[in-house]
Amino acid sequence: MGCIYGLVALGFVLIYKATELVNFAQGDLMMLGAFTCYMFVVWYGIGYWVAFAAAVAVVGLFGAVLDSVVLRRVLGQPQFAVVMLTIGLAAVFRSFASIVWGTEIYTLPTPFSAHTSRVGGVSVSHEYVSIIVGTVVLCAVLYGFFTYTKVGVAMQAVSQNQLAAYYMGIPVKLMCSLIWAISAGVAAIAGVLLAPVSLVDINLGFIGLKAFAAAVLGGFGSIPGALVGGLTIGVIELMSGAYLPPGFKDVAAYLVLLVVLAVRPQGIFGAVGRKKV
Amino acid sequence: MRFPFKTSYRQDLTLFTDGVQRNWYLALLLGLLLLPKIVPAYLVDISLVLIYGLCGLSLMVLAGYTGLVSLGHAAFLGIGAYAHVYFTQDLGLPWIVSVALATALTAASGVLVGLPALRMTGVYLTIATLAFALIIQEVFTRWDGVTHGLKGRPVDKPVIFGISFANEIAFYFLSLAFLIGALWITRNLLRSPTGRAWVAIRDSEIAAQSMGVNLAAYKTLAFSYSAALMGLAGALFAHKIGYLAPDIFSVLLSIQFLLMVVVGGLGSLHGALFGAVFVAFLPVLISQGRDSVPAWIGGAVSILGADASAAVFRLTDRFVKQPGLEPGIFGLILVLFILFEPLGIYGRWVKLKVYFSTFPLYKRATFKRQRAYMRSERLR
Repeated sequence: MGCIYGLVALGFVLIYKATELVNFAQGDLMMLGAFTCYMFVVWYGIGYWVAFAAAVAVVGLFGAVLDSVVLRRVLGQPQFAVVMLTIGLAAVFRSFASIVWGTEIYTLPTPFSAHTSRVGGVSVSHEYVSIIVGTVVLCAVLYGFFTYTKVGVAMQAVSQNQLAAYYMGIPVKLMCSLIWAISAGVAAIAGVLLAPVSLVDINLGFIGLKAFAAAVLGGFGSIPGALVGGLTIGVIELMSGAYLPPGFKDVAAYLVLLVVLAVRPQGIFGAVGRKKV
Repeated sequence: MRFPFKTSYRQDLTLFTDGVQRNWYLALLLGLLLLPKIVPAYLVDISLVLIYGLCGLSLMVLAGYTGLVSLGHAAFLGIGAYAHVYFTQDLGLPWIVSVALATALTAASGVLVGLPALRMTGVYLTIATLAFALIIQEVFTRWDGVTHGLKGRPVDKPVIFGISFANEIAFYFLSLAFLIGALWITRNLLRSPTGRAWVAIRDSEIAAQSMGVNLAAYKTLAFSYSAALMGLAGALFAHKIGYLAPDIFSVLLSIQFLLMVVVGGLGSLHGALFGAVFVAFLPVLISQGRDSVPAWIGGAVSILGADASAAVFRLTDRFVKQPGLEPGIFGLILVLFILFEPLGIYGRWVKLKVYFSTFPLYKRATFKRQRAYMRSERLR
């Protein structure tokens, strides 16, 4: 569970890193990913892996289109506009999903279903293994991408100063679209990996809210931070479900979030400087 | 164009710029007083508009004037509503005392949220208020003694000094009185040093701080004032809907409030009220549209033959009857407004006014926004 939070948080962090926008629709992009994969697997009978790739591609493309059509217009405007915009988009996505796929709850069949293996005396189902492996691999790949490739560094430049990035000959618009595509793709991966564990329905997007807690905990803008934050939130949630009175399990993530924001707003790995006037 | 020529300092202090403006507002007041006679059928919706107006005012002070965006205002509304119902029905306090207490309690909870908010800026604050709202909603669900949990609790009609405000017209006037009172206080507050400090914080926190504005004090004040207005609105809202349940005060309601201030026009009290009218009447419009749109589209297609018409009718009918459609429409409107009219309905109104008052000389560029590039506040 913690890994899923980490994965969704990763999507937040990516967009924040590149465009300094916070995407409130991330959880709903994840839902779209899960539904798209479900549609490919169950309705059209495509194999799981092909459907997985197709869903990620479709949602990633959708993210790029979304950026070039909608979000590019609000770049550089107050964050408030962007927050409202993505909230509005999230509502539209959810409504779209309920119209296209209905409000029923689906289960996604996967090759890992009903397989378990024993690791050190604890039986672990393969679905969870797939989530953990997927998260770690994705994280490593993205971290490498941002630190070592030319495109990744260009994206960081865009995030720090758009005008300067223009002067350096970086295609800023393309970079923004690309980052949205990657982030939407990550959301889709999270959705597809999560689908067998929690069921596929239109409220899947609410996990996005808890992933926020993860992203904030790790410090927005830090990829390993997102992962650590996600794991922490997952563990805290599990612990509070086990040791605290009922009701705490659902709000534990938010309580932690509030405490973190009050005590150390920049998160564990975050870096914050004061803005120059 | 008309420029008021000021000859004394007294003119700076008046509520209205000149007699003409005052007379227009008096006419509006007269119209509102006569409204129950004119449209008795819609009075139920109109008193909801007034209560939403209070909510809009509350969020406008916070988001529109102080620049602190909150996604948790439904929680304040809920605190006000539950506190008021608890005070009147379980403790048996008089109505006025109970409303005052509920408002004070909500203001205090506003301070509670505002205090950690001092250390955060921008989107972090939004996330924090969202977290607060989700926690409060869980509290509403779990705290059976006061809220009666998921069962919900019924609310009696208001009785003030032995006078019952049970009928719709009396309740309309009650809400109207509270709204006008709140508007008057807010308007004066915004013209005072407090309001100017809020606007300064909105425009640039660092510049405001350099000018000697105490950020902590004014941000907390904005939060508690906004929460107090919301608490007042909550007390009226409880009577209005007549039945309280935790799932009313969801994040969706907070989003509707934000929709209200954005659609109305950020940074203007008019905007809050325009937005309230819009948000309160949109569901009415949608439900009417659900009945009439299929027939309308079917009629438009009927030139292609009766079969096609019937088929299209069934198709659109099934489409508009989808339950998930309404939040989608809300979201879509929000997106369109932010993209194409960030100043909201009030902004459009100002543009119209400028167009006519400068008639042949209107320039589109007057309201054109500057191209902005983003720069990070982060160090690395």
